[in-house]
Amino acid sequence: MHAVIPYVTAAILFGLGVYGVLRRRNAILVLMAVELMLNAINLIFVTADATVRSALVGVQIESWAYPNSQPHAGSVFALFVIVLAAAEVGVGLAIILQYYRMRQAVHVDEVALHHEADEQVVR
Amino acid sequence: MTVADALLLALGAVAVGSGFLVVTSAHLVRAGLYLVVSLGALAGLYLVLGAELVAWVQVLVYVGAVVVLLLFAVMLTRAPIGASQDLDRPAGPALLIGGGVGLGLAALLADAFRWTIYPQAETGTAQRMGEQIFGAWVLPFEVLSILLLAALVGAIVLSRPDLGARREEPESVEG
Repeated sequence: MHAVIPYVTAAILFGLGVYGVLRRRNAILVLMAVELMLNAINLIFVTADATVRSALVGVQIESWAYPNSQPHAGSVFALFVIVLAAAEVGVGLAIILQYYRMRQAVHVDEVALHHEADEQVVR
Repeated sequence: MTVADALLLALGAVAVGSGFLVVTSAHLVRAGLYLVVSLGALAGLYLVLGAELVAWVQVLVYVGAVVVLLLFAVMLTRAPIGASQDLDRPAGPALLIGGGVGLGLAALLADAFRWTIYPQAETGTAQRMGEQIFGAWVLPFEVLSILLLAALVGAIVLSRPDLGARREEPESVEG
């Protein structure tokens, strides 16, 4: 198994995610691009877990590296990143929907701030 | 070139191709559906790499939940059905930075790992992963549960209908 294939795939996916975040105006599409970036990181974690560790057989792991010296640490981190991404999408979509309700827009590069200044806001 | 390599290449091509369509498609709903294809191909990549549990969690959480949430948001913001013309900003800086990051990282990783053959690691089944999560990584796991609770409460508080409501036009409060 050549590890370079998933690594390069992940790098290109991350570049696509950066491109999407910078290019898109629609907040939901920005979130989708962020998901692409997070998945690229997950792919790197899983690939490193599957390939680098098996190449390190017989290498003495330092004691200060304790939890990292366990097998499947990369996969565990990928699971943690998936959970973080789910939380991030939940909060992000709550912000986007609230913003849409207040401004009737989902564009992130033209946020109208003046409504708040000249109209009374009820808390 | 083994079967695993061919599968990695094919699934990687699918993931990158549909990822490209996610960031270039002019249809909001189609971008979400291409995201499903991309994330599904990534789940296949995890399977080939031997991370079984991560692959199924990816299918469950990402393809099953996150994309559905995103499509809900597309509908709730009353997105048009057809192609939208105002989804994009000028391409220049994004192309420069995104292409630079992607190609730079790809060149770095390709130079670091070359065309070396690595042996296949042992499969990350649910039993092995569970031993790790509830053994070495139990403290981060518990912290993560607190974070999920905080995100849940935060999302509920952010969705309160009285937040930012205006006195003059109370009918704009419905959501």
